[in-house]
Amino acid sequence: MDCAFAASLSYILHAAGSKMNKLVVRLFAASVLMFGFGFALVPLYEVFCDITGLNGKNYNRGPVAAVQSIDYAREVKVQFITSNPANMPWEFGPYERTQRVNPGRTINTHFVAKNPTAEWMVAQAVPSITPSEAAPYFTKINCFCFDRQPLESGASTEMPMVYVVDPELPRHISTITVSYSLYDITGEE
Amino acid sequence: MTETTATQEHEHHGPAKGIGRWLYTTNHKDIGMMYLIFALAMFFIGGVMALAIRAELFQPGLQLLEPAFFNQMTTMHGLIMIFGAIMPAFVGLANWMIPLQIGAPDMALPRMNNLSFWILPFGFAIMLSTLFMAGGAPSGGWTMYAPLSTTYAPPSMIFLLFSIHILGASSIMGAINIIATILNLRAPGMTLMKMPMFTWTWLITAFLLIAVMPVLAGVVTMMIMDMHFGTSFFNAAGGGDPVLYQHIFWFFGHPEVYIMILPAFGIISEIIPTFSRKRLFGYASMVYATASIALLSFVVWAHHMFTVGMPIVAEVFFMFATMIIAVPTGVKVFNWIATMFRGSLTFETPMLFAIGFIVLFTIGGFSGLMLAIAPADFQYHDTYFVVAHFHYVLVPGALFSIFAAVYYWLPKWTGHKLNETMGQFHFWLSFIAVNITFFPMHFVGLAGMPRRIPDYALQFADFNAMASVGAFLFGLSQLVFLYNIVQNARAGEKADAREWEGAEGLEWTVPSPHPYHTFSTPPEVK
Repeated sequence: MDCAFAASLSYILHAAGSKMNKLVVRLFAASVLMFGFGFALVPLYEVFCDITGLNGKNYNRGPVAAVQSIDYAREVKVQFITSNPANMPWEFGPYERTQRVNPGRTINTHFVAKNPTAEWMVAQAVPSITPSEAAPYFTKINCFCFDRQPLESGASTEMPMVYVVDPELPRHISTITVSYSLYDITGEE
Repeated sequence: MTETTATQEHEHHGPAKGIGRWLYTTNHKDIGMMYLIFALAMFFIGGVMALAIRAELFQPGLQLLEPAFFNQMTTMHGLIMIFGAIMPAFVGLANWMIPLQIGAPDMALPRMNNLSFWILPFGFAIMLSTLFMAGGAPSGGWTMYAPLSTTYAPPSMIFLLFSIHILGASSIMGAINIIATILNLRAPGMTLMKMPMFTWTWLITAFLLIAVMPVLAGVVTMMIMDMHFGTSFFNAAGGGDPVLYQHIFWFFGHPEVYIMILPAFGIISEIIPTFSRKRLFGYASMVYATASIALLSFVVWAHHMFTVGMPIVAEVFFMFATMIIAVPTGVKVFNWIATMFRGSLTFETPMLFAIGFIVLFTIGGFSGLMLAIAPADFQYHDTYFVVAHFHYVLVPGALFSIFAAVYYWLPKWTGHKLNETMGQFHFWLSFIAVNITFFPMHFVGLAGMPRRIPDYALQFADFNAMASVGAFLFGLSQLVFLYNIVQNARAGEKADAREWEGAEGLEWTVPSPHPYHTFSTPPEVK
């Protein structure tokens, strides 16, 4: 490097020195922070969906707090749809595809699953409710999706589901679609 | 004693000899040049992949490629062009020109500069090696959506993810260096609002890079953890959510597309005033427009995922937020036109590419507005209309601006005048070919041809044949570009210090070719 040039460069860098070090440290810190922010997006996403009711996930669980009056004048259609992701060989479906229910009434139904393979398997159902606006008004008192579902080779089972539709459900919602995807989680046991 | 000093100075005056010059260099001009040559090499590799895609799509049915290999081609073409060609080319231009534009002797962190370049070839060697691995290269698209690119990906995926970590580290270091240089090493008297537009747009781009490249690193890390460490970030069975992947990816992805266009805006804002022989119209509004585009880019990401099943409120929000970006972008386009208005225009090669940029980038901008309309997007989503849109903003957009910049500053780099005939030949060939290639894609896209599929319905045959012919013409015309720069570097008429009559800025005050070291004494800016 040209000596005069090196001298002038080091002079300029020195003059900018402490100010520069501070800036560079801050910029590196900012990129580390943004790396963390990427991970913070995961819980933020959950919280955001929970507050806004997006994603159809924030249905209520467990027993209904107070005895609700049954709205006999109103009927809501509840549809059940199921899907198996690729590589999930179970036969899986609702006992009744559609139910017409009065809001406030506790409804018992069940889903049917069969493990046709030669292996013992464990499955986990993941629910979603559409429209997402209806999700807060849909209470599952009991659901097979709360637990993992082990099944022996060739065995079949009836999996219970007990739910209530809140009478406060907005008037314009006449159909609630409840969907379940059944995942093979045998490997994760 | 005097004699010794003289010999030393003589010996150490220029660059070091041999390969060591390139391996150990801390000179911003050397590093800028290596970035640009690397980007050119990647441009040709990615281009060959594009031609493989277009050759398969020349006719309906499956002719040349296995569908699995076709998918690898679309994936690798996207990754290489974005991370290997466009981004390193802009970083190279920044390295070479920003110190010259602000009167600095070099970049602020010269050794880190060397590191950020030299990890790139290793990153891309890893990425390209996946093509030769068992199971083939990753084929789930450059967006690497989970679970297609996690659960169902070939084993080579881990190599791709690791190489993305390397490219990300390189980009972040490059961005930190650029910010440190611009904020600390400006010549006395050069206030922020006196900086050339190319420097300004790069300052803003560098902040975008620092904000979002780590988010990409984060999402890539989550993928690695899902695939190899049993976590369930994106795995629904374990309580995760595949849609979350898309949200995090596009939180990076949308600012990323502005990372690839803001420096282009800067280049155009340098070239248009030069060849109009007028000052840039609305300099301050150009700075503010660039900053607002950068800020808005953080709140529009979900327009890439309108069909994922979002509530109406979110769709409406992202629709309007996206459309608002048309306002600052419009400010820029009108400012460029106002700069040309009543100017003494001449149409040398850089100016032709700059005007081509304005016209064709605006077409890409308009199709972007069409895609932003949430209800209409359901028709266009994942069709060739999207392919037409982003190629219009990236090829005659970002890429033309890089061509324009290279032709504009080449006399400064090599000391030789441009061969105008060959430069204009390259422009017109590229301009015609790019439109033959990408314009028909609008039509087949609107008619419903899906992207990333090696076969298509018979009704799309004519337009696809046209696009393929255009693509090969475009590919060939880039050999003219290669010829032009090699020829210019080897020989030519001696260029002036101020090669272009209307050019303003410190880079035109140093001789052509620029000395190896410039501005050892800071120039005074009035």
